Amino acid sequence: MSDMRERIVKRVARFFKDGDLVNLGIGMPTMVANFIPSDINVMLQSENGFIGLGPSPEAGKEDKDTVNAGGIPVTIVPGGACFDSSMSFALIRGGHVDATVLGALEVDEKGNLANWIVPGKLVPGMGGAMDLVVGAKKVIIAMEHTTKEGAPKILKNCTLPLTAVNVVDYIVTELGVMEVTEEGIVLRELAPGVTAEEIQSKTEARLVIPAHVEIMQ
Amino acid sequence: MSKLKSIDEIAEKFSDNQVIMIGGFLAVGTPETLVDALVTKGVRNLTVIGNDTSFPDRGIGRLIMSRQIKKAIVSHIGTNKETGRQMTAGEIEVELVPQGTLAERVRSGGAGLGGFLTPTGVGTVVAEGKQVITVNGCTYLLELPLKADIALLKAWKADKSGNLVYRRAARNFNPLMAMAADLVIVEAEEIVEVGELNPDEVVTPGTLVDMILKA
Repeated sequence: MSDMRERIVKRVARFFKDGDLVNLGIGMPTMVANFIPSDINVMLQSENGFIGLGPSPEAGKEDKDTVNAGGIPVTIVPGGACFDSSMSFALIRGGHVDATVLGALEVDEKGNLANWIVPGKLVPGMGGAMDLVVGAKKVIIAMEHTTKEGAPKILKNCTLPLTAVNVVDYIVTELGVMEVTEEGIVLRELAPGVTAEEIQSKTEARLVIPAHVEIMQ
Repeated sequence: MSKLKSIDEIAEKFSDNQVIMIGGFLAVGTPETLVDALVTKGVRNLTVIGNDTSFPDRGIGRLIMSRQIKKAIVSHIGTNKETGRQMTAGEIEVELVPQGTLAERVRSGGAGLGGFLTPTGVGTVVAEGKQVITVNGCTYLLELPLKADIALLKAWKADKSGNLVYRRAARNFNPLMAMAADLVIVEAEEIVEVGELNPDEVVTPGTLVDMILKA
C-alpha cells in the first residue's frame, strides 16, 4: 500500500467507536479494516449477507461460501451472523449501520456523491452503494484528493450521475479531513506539511477554513 | 409425489421467453447445475433476475456469454464485461436496480405486497419514471414488486419435502426468490430425510419448493 493510501485509511479507522457496525466498500475502503484501533470492538458488515467480516483465510483454507461483497474469500469472526439480502439491506436502510466508507469519483459541497457510473465509459452498476449512503448513519468518503490527471474531485456541483443527494458527512484524502456541513465543506485537519492554500488549490469547492485546523494523524 | 427430480425432468420446464430468478451473489449461492441445464437446453429470450451477471464462466454470466438473455434485472454488471458490451450495443436490455431495492422488490413479489417506499435512489437516475411520495416529510420512491415464472435456487441442505438450510454468504437472494416464483427448483449440496433438519434451522419452508436436484 502506498504511503498516501495508508495515511487515508489509518485516519478513517479513527472515526469508529466501540460497538459500531461498519460497512467498508471495495478497494481502498476495505483496507481500513487493518487499522481499526485494537482497544475498540467494531463489527464489519458484508452486504452479501453477514456481520462479522474477518481477515483473509490462510492459503488453502478458503471457503467457497464465505466471501466478501467483492467475491474475495474472507472469514467470519466468532460472534458473526448470517442473513439474506433483504435483511442485509434492512440493516443498511434502517439506520442500523453506524458508518460506511466508500470511494468516490466526485463529491460536491452539498454532500452529493457520484461513484457508480461514467456514462459511455464505465457502467458497472450501483450494487449496494445507493442504499449504503442513504442508510448509514455516517458516510465517510476515502479517496485520493484529485484524479490521476490532477483534476479536482471535490467540486461545487457533481457532473457525473449521482449515487445519492446530500449524504456525505466526511471526506478523507491524503491532504486532509473535511466535513460537509450546512455552511459548506469545512476543513478539519491538514496532513503534515500541507497548507490550507495547497488543499484549496486542489479543490474546486470553496473550503471553509476555521481558525484552528488540526494536524491529520 | 416425490420432489426429487432428474435434471431431464427439470429441463422440461424451461422454455423460451420465461422470466427466471437465479439465486447467488457473484455466483456464490448460484445453482450451477441448473444453469448448466438452461445452457444445454438453449432456451432463449429469457428475462433473468439476479444480483449480478457474475463472471463469464460462472452462474448468470454463462447465460450472458451464450446469449440466452433478452433482459437482465440486476444490481451490478462490472465483473462481466460482456454484459456491458451487449448492453451498449443494444443487444440486450439491462435494468440496473440498487441492491437493497432489488432484494425488497423480490421480497414484495413473494409477500403479496403492491410495492414499497424507499429513500434509495431519490434524486438520481433511478427515480426516473417512478412515483415520488412524501410521507411525514421524507421523500421516497415507489418501487414495484418482481415475480417470476421459475426460481432456480441453491441450498446447502434440503430435506425431501423441500425444507432448506443455507450456508454463510450463499444465502443472499435465495430465500427471497423461493417466495416469488410460480415454480421453485432447488439444487442442494446434501439431501436428507424428512425429520433430520431441526425446524428452528429451516430458513425456507418446504411447501414453497416444487423440485429438488442433488448438486
